[in-house]
Amino acid sequence: MKYDIIIAGVGGQGVLSIGTIISASALRAGLRAVQSEVHGMSQRGGAVTAHLRLADREIHSPTIAPGQADLILGLEPLESLRYIDHLSPAGTLITASEPVKNIPDYPDIEEVLWEVLRQPRGYLIDATKIALESGSAKAANVVMVGAATDFLPIEAETIRGAIAEGFHVKGDRVVQTNLMAYEAGRSALQHREVVDEFETFAFV
Amino acid sequence: MAEEVVSAEALMLLGDEAVALGALHAGITAGYAYPGTPATEILEALKRHGGKRASWCANEKTAYEAALGVSMAGKRALVSMKHVGLNVAADPFVNSAVVAPIGGLVLAVADDPGMHSSQNEQDSRFYADFARVPCLEPANPQEAYDMTHEAFEISERFRVPVVVRLVTRLAHQRSGVTPQHPRDENQLAEHRDRADWVLLPSFARLRWQKRIAQEKQISGWAEMSPHNELRLNEKFRDMGVITAGIARSYFLEVSRELGLTPSHLHIGAYPAPATLIRELADHVGEILVIEEGYPFIERQLRGILPPFTAIHGRQSGHIPGSGELNQQIVWKAFGLEPPYGKQPVPIELPNRPPRLCDGCPHIDAYNALNAALVGYASPVVTSDIGCYTLGVLPPYNSGDSCVCMGASIGMAKGAADAGAGPIVAVIGDSTFLHSGVTPLMDAVADNTDMTVLILDNDVVAMTGTQPTVLPPKRIPEIVRGLGLDPDHCHLFESHPRRVDELTHLLRREIAYRGLSVVIVHRECVEALKRDKQARRES
Repeated sequence: MKYDIIIAGVGGQGVLSIGTIISASALRAGLRAVQSEVHGMSQRGGAVTAHLRLADREIHSPTIAPGQADLILGLEPLESLRYIDHLSPAGTLITASEPVKNIPDYPDIEEVLWEVLRQPRGYLIDATKIALESGSAKAANVVMVGAATDFLPIEAETIRGAIAEGFHVKGDRVVQTNLMAYEAGRSALQHREVVDEFETFAFV
Repeated sequence: MAEEVVSAEALMLLGDEAVALGALHAGITAGYAYPGTPATEILEALKRHGGKRASWCANEKTAYEAALGVSMAGKRALVSMKHVGLNVAADPFVNSAVVAPIGGLVLAVADDPGMHSSQNEQDSRFYADFARVPCLEPANPQEAYDMTHEAFEISERFRVPVVVRLVTRLAHQRSGVTPQHPRDENQLAEHRDRADWVLLPSFARLRWQKRIAQEKQISGWAEMSPHNELRLNEKFRDMGVITAGIARSYFLEVSRELGLTPSHLHIGAYPAPATLIRELADHVGEILVIEEGYPFIERQLRGILPPFTAIHGRQSGHIPGSGELNQQIVWKAFGLEPPYGKQPVPIELPNRPPRLCDGCPHIDAYNALNAALVGYASPVVTSDIGCYTLGVLPPYNSGDSCVCMGASIGMAKGAADAGAGPIVAVIGDSTFLHSGVTPLMDAVADNTDMTVLILDNDVVAMTGTQPTVLPPKRIPEIVRGLGLDPDHCHLFESHPRRVDELTHLLRREIAYRGLSVVIVHRECVEALKRDKQARRES
């Protein structure tokens, strides 16, 4: 078994934290994990990606080849589409819907969102809104981990444990906020699935 | 030094962190570095786990020299830097191969193939070869840990500095590492031989003869090293593969998918093992060399193997001559068409380059500089290495050059000597302390007609807000200490509301026919955020 994830976003959004939560969860589940990160210059408000590879066997390459990713998990819709050539034909694309428009030529957001929804297994999550409802806008990346859960080869209970441990040093309140954000993200995806099918159908 | 609790469980570590922990567990007494992607996290991890004997230095040369001094005192030291940092440290590095280190001396150098955060993709294996010292090339974080640990043993055994060569995809790859038991620090050396450390020509000649005489032993070590592993496949004699360091990861991934198991020599320890290479060549008709960086092994094969042997790699064009390796490249090197993913979406996805942060003090400085240069036909703005290099991009479009640390000032002087003008050199505080003071000395000596704009934001911002080597606001004293006319040395406290004032000051100093220095000070917004977060958490 192998499960390859590309996490995409903009510098400062918490791409690496998502990788940390999922890889810590994978280790708890007895899987191996290799994460390839981008540091340095690219983090200054530029495009940021992390490649996270999970498997129950030895993992060699730190990066995911085109066509091999099982999941693209985006914190920004345009960024999630940038790596679509890395997604396998059977892969899933889940992205936060709110754009980061720090470039002058950002395309029409409606078109960007439509391209996400047009993908088979393409999902949009209003992560910022859900995070705010859970108590902190900063938890948007944890909302996205929640949204991805049902596709990951890891039990939700294991991920909850990793989140609790990961945020433990920041105190109980932060742990609770993030666990809430996680659950909310998970249920948003579960709820969303039906709506997407309907919308795709309606557009066609 | 090591306070890390060693557990039997694997730790998820970055390649850089694994190097730091390997060094700590090998009993280092000190670690030195200058920040630079992708090597920064080595010293950051040393600071986290090893405390205050991990030091940021003025530049890579001073860092290397400090490590060499630790070795002379009999203790172990790690010095780490990015590949281009080794150009700065090349003088002590190459000469440290002539002396006889006492305590283990290990250089961890991180190359950046693909130039994610660098101006070139030079391959540090050539430096190790040039200095004629052993080099270890790990393929994953576990090997980074183990090889760094072992490098200290090798350094003490042969009394030679040892290079651990990393690349970006290893330095910034996070995976499981099982640590060993920590070793104690060395005792101070009781005596040392002056002839081992004073490189007067008469001593240096003898030292160099000894080093050359030792090469057989070092080659023997490399031939026997478990890091150089030859696996012959009796049933497959058409081609053989040589991989080095992280390139093995891409090869193994592809060979597993293809069910292809050609004879394979993996090289993780240099000098390259000539006997193993010949053994592989005797067995196969053709050799494919997969290595990250320059065609280092591929070129060496030409001196080891008979001329009719077919050797394919980066030099021959079977693998691209530049850029990072990946699985697709390996597929193509085998003559196969790699699998492709989904089609790109039909809308244009513009690039999102890095940019100056909102509220960045450099924004005000560039706005003022651009306004001050209005009306000049052909101003020259030389820039330097750091966040402010981003001022070259829109909307500021300011800066005609960016070459290497400190070059803004040296190149400005040359451009002024050539008669161009007006000339402004833009340099950050840490880059100035790293390599800007000496070229400024040249400009002071000639009272060159140019303006140096030092953007002082209190930190090394681009690499993650590390502290500059000297506390903030020391730069005016340094500049005046060089002998610059105090009337043309200004410290300006920057504020978005003071852009016009700064413009006015810059216009005046640019018009002045002599050397002027304007230091614009305001703290980096990322550093402010970091401090605020730290206060909240405490």
